[in-house]
Amino acid sequence: MKYPTLLLVLLIMSCGGKEEKKNDGFEMQRKSEPAAAPATTPEPGVNASERVALDNKGVGPVQSVTLDPDVDTGMAAEGEKIYNQMCLACHKIGKRFIGPPPNGILERRTPEWVMNMILNPEVMVKEDPLARDLLMEFNGSPMANQGLTEEQARAVLEYFRTLE
Amino acid sequence: MTRFKYTIATFLVASLFFVRCGEGGQGSNGALTSNAAERVYVAPGEHDEFYAFISGGFSGQLSVYGLPSGRLFKVIPVFSQDAEKAYGYNEETRPMLNTSHGFIPWDDSHHPDISQTAGELDGRWVFINGNNTPRIAKVDLSLFETTEIIEVPNSAGNHSSAFVTENTEYVVAGTRFSVPIPQRDMPISEYKGNFKGALTFISVDPEDGGMDIKFQLIMPGFDYDLSHPGRGKSHGWFFFTTYNTEEANSLLEVNASQNDKDFIAAVNWKKIEEYVNNGGGTLMPANYAHNVYDESTQMATSTMKKEVRVVNPADVPGAVFLLPTPKSPHGCDVDPSGEYIVGNGKLSADLTVHSFTRMLEAIENEKYDGDAYGIPILSFEDVLAGTVSQPGLGPLHTEFDGEGNAYTTFFISSEVVKWKLGTWEVVDRQPCFYSVGHLMIPGGNSRKPFGKYVVAMNKITKDRYLPTGPEVTQSAQLYDISGDKMELLLDFPTVGEPHYAAGIAADIVKARSKKIFELKDNKHPYGVSTDADVRVERDGKDVHIYMTTIRSHFNPDNIEGVKVGDKVYFHVTNMEQDYDVPHGISMIGANTSELLIMPGQTETFVWEPKQPGVWPFYCTDFCSALHQEMQGYVRVSPANSNTELTWSLGE
Repeated sequence: MKYPTLLLVLLIMSCGGKEEKKNDGFEMQRKSEPAAAPATTPEPGVNASERVALDNKGVGPVQSVTLDPDVDTGMAAEGEKIYNQMCLACHKIGKRFIGPPPNGILERRTPEWVMNMILNPEVMVKEDPLARDLLMEFNGSPMANQGLTEEQARAVLEYFRTLE
Repeated sequence: MTRFKYTIATFLVASLFFVRCGEGGQGSNGALTSNAAERVYVAPGEHDEFYAFISGGFSGQLSVYGLPSGRLFKVIPVFSQDAEKAYGYNEETRPMLNTSHGFIPWDDSHHPDISQTAGELDGRWVFINGNNTPRIAKVDLSLFETTEIIEVPNSAGNHSSAFVTENTEYVVAGTRFSVPIPQRDMPISEYKGNFKGALTFISVDPEDGGMDIKFQLIMPGFDYDLSHPGRGKSHGWFFFTTYNTEEANSLLEVNASQNDKDFIAAVNWKKIEEYVNNGGGTLMPANYAHNVYDESTQMATSTMKKEVRVVNPADVPGAVFLLPTPKSPHGCDVDPSGEYIVGNGKLSADLTVHSFTRMLEAIENEKYDGDAYGIPILSFEDVLAGTVSQPGLGPLHTEFDGEGNAYTTFFISSEVVKWKLGTWEVVDRQPCFYSVGHLMIPGGNSRKPFGKYVVAMNKITKDRYLPTGPEVTQSAQLYDISGDKMELLLDFPTVGEPHYAAGIAADIVKARSKKIFELKDNKHPYGVSTDADVRVERDGKDVHIYMTTIRSHFNPDNIEGVKVGDKVYFHVTNMEQDYDVPHGISMIGANTSELLIMPGQTETFVWEPKQPGVWPFYCTDFCSALHQEMQGYVRVSPANSNTELTWSLGE
């Protein structure tokens, strides 16, 4: 692995000067399974991020959340503000990034699980098997504890409800 | 002259004795008790009982230790640049070290003192003096960072500083060296009568701690060595030891040791404050820096101030008196009741203790022994409370335990001596290893000392530690003073010269210690509050990178369109909001230090690329499991190229 890299570096160096020649690097034969597949996934082939777990409330301070059928737009707007400041660096909308995108999250997760993941990530990755699998799926990047209050986490959850 | 010879002889004999002690020091541990280790052991994960803020002397910094363990927690950069923390290197803190002499990357930090309310330590701020280029700094104990530095004009060798009054009304800075005021070109030999000593009273805002020079008292051309405030009954007064009342300007080791007695200057600052509030004093032109770190913008600004109010003591009758004190007194220490003022005469066989009550009586009766430049000199016998007779050689400093005992250090005989206030009898003594300067009892300069321990700060260690070449560590020694006898418990090495220290019960401080900077309160002009605002902007040859960092990436991490000759500002905001998750950043070839950015904080370093190429930067603080992945590249094109300015992350 190290040796071809060195070769590549030498190759690039020797090309130096004007505009770089297009160089797509080297290729390796890889196994066809996605590299991100977590070892502990109970259903083979389904990523932790795609798994549906609507009976799992996670571990943390939030025991029960009741969602009004109508989205509280004021709360959602507040949640969006908080999200943009505290979360956006890792979670892009509609796009897998450092962590998964929040779009449609309530189709796969309970509101309690989402809020506990925001409020209690250190314990979640240790004690909640799904959170642990997510950590592995996302290359070991830990979910940062951004110190949100329960009220702020609730507002962020409301914002998630507005995302397709 | 006979007295002078005798003094020299005493010194010689003493130093012979001392040298012998030093060389034969193995095994001379004093009466080390068998359970000493147990009494300084703080188990893993547990906290110390006291904070000790120990100045670094010629390091210019302030170290934070725990007592009784002697463990070092942090070195707070104050007067010296600190590449580890980017203090004095990053754009935000460089203005902190600005002075009327320009940017000064170093000073000599001496006397920390903790803010007080009603005569008791309140744990809000530590004040400390820079000796060499006279300055007073304020360290905020919610951040443990230096947040304000004010330069002291008309001062030189700012040594009788930085001590606070009972309600932190003032932090006081006295000059050690007298100088021409205003500074001017004149023959040094005309010192006598022409040079003056400025004692500076800096007001402290009770809310935000903002410092401002209220007035400078322009005193005769003596050396003002140390000072302490009155407290309790003597609140409203300040006391300064003097030496070189001979007003010598050369070979002071001989010429400043001629007078039988020098003085403690007693200053009724409340009287002068009233005089100034009524328009008294004169505004004189001056030039001095006032540097303030704003916690919300996370930037320091430096403002040059152009005038200062000076007061001639002769213009405020009844405000300043001189108390004759043998002989070149160094430490000037006031007991917790405020009644006793201890003058530690370096060259005197005895310790002199003055009585505040007797001083007031003598002033009331106008019994003067003469005057010095119009300042009344009281009679020694009229103000004396008592003397501690022949307690040791070379007394320097005294602190108090609040139980009626005083503890004085002796440099030449290298010991701490415990004696009783009122009876003046010596009750105990313990050797120091070696050559002790200051000592510190937590809260020992307040109405309510915490007692329990004394820390002796030693100038010489010789054989006490593993040798490290010619330069060896200086050292502090911890004694338990809770019993009748002092007991040596621990030696611990220090950063720089442990000049002096201030100690406080940990509970008072730790409850106020901040954990993060709130992102929502970040008003840094180049900070970003959301990742959506990340960008790179060109303004002529200046390129501003508005960058964020969170475990475990920089945004952006690929930047192109920078050119040789540009000045590239990396403004990096740490988006983390979790305790103890700082990120660092450094750039290959940047002529400055790394940044070390706390959660929610923005810091800036400047890079001036000199060669075309693709240059990496990376995170310098091991932040997460993917810390090694935290890296990025800047493409630098030749000065005349037209590479477009672009930036990205993960594309």
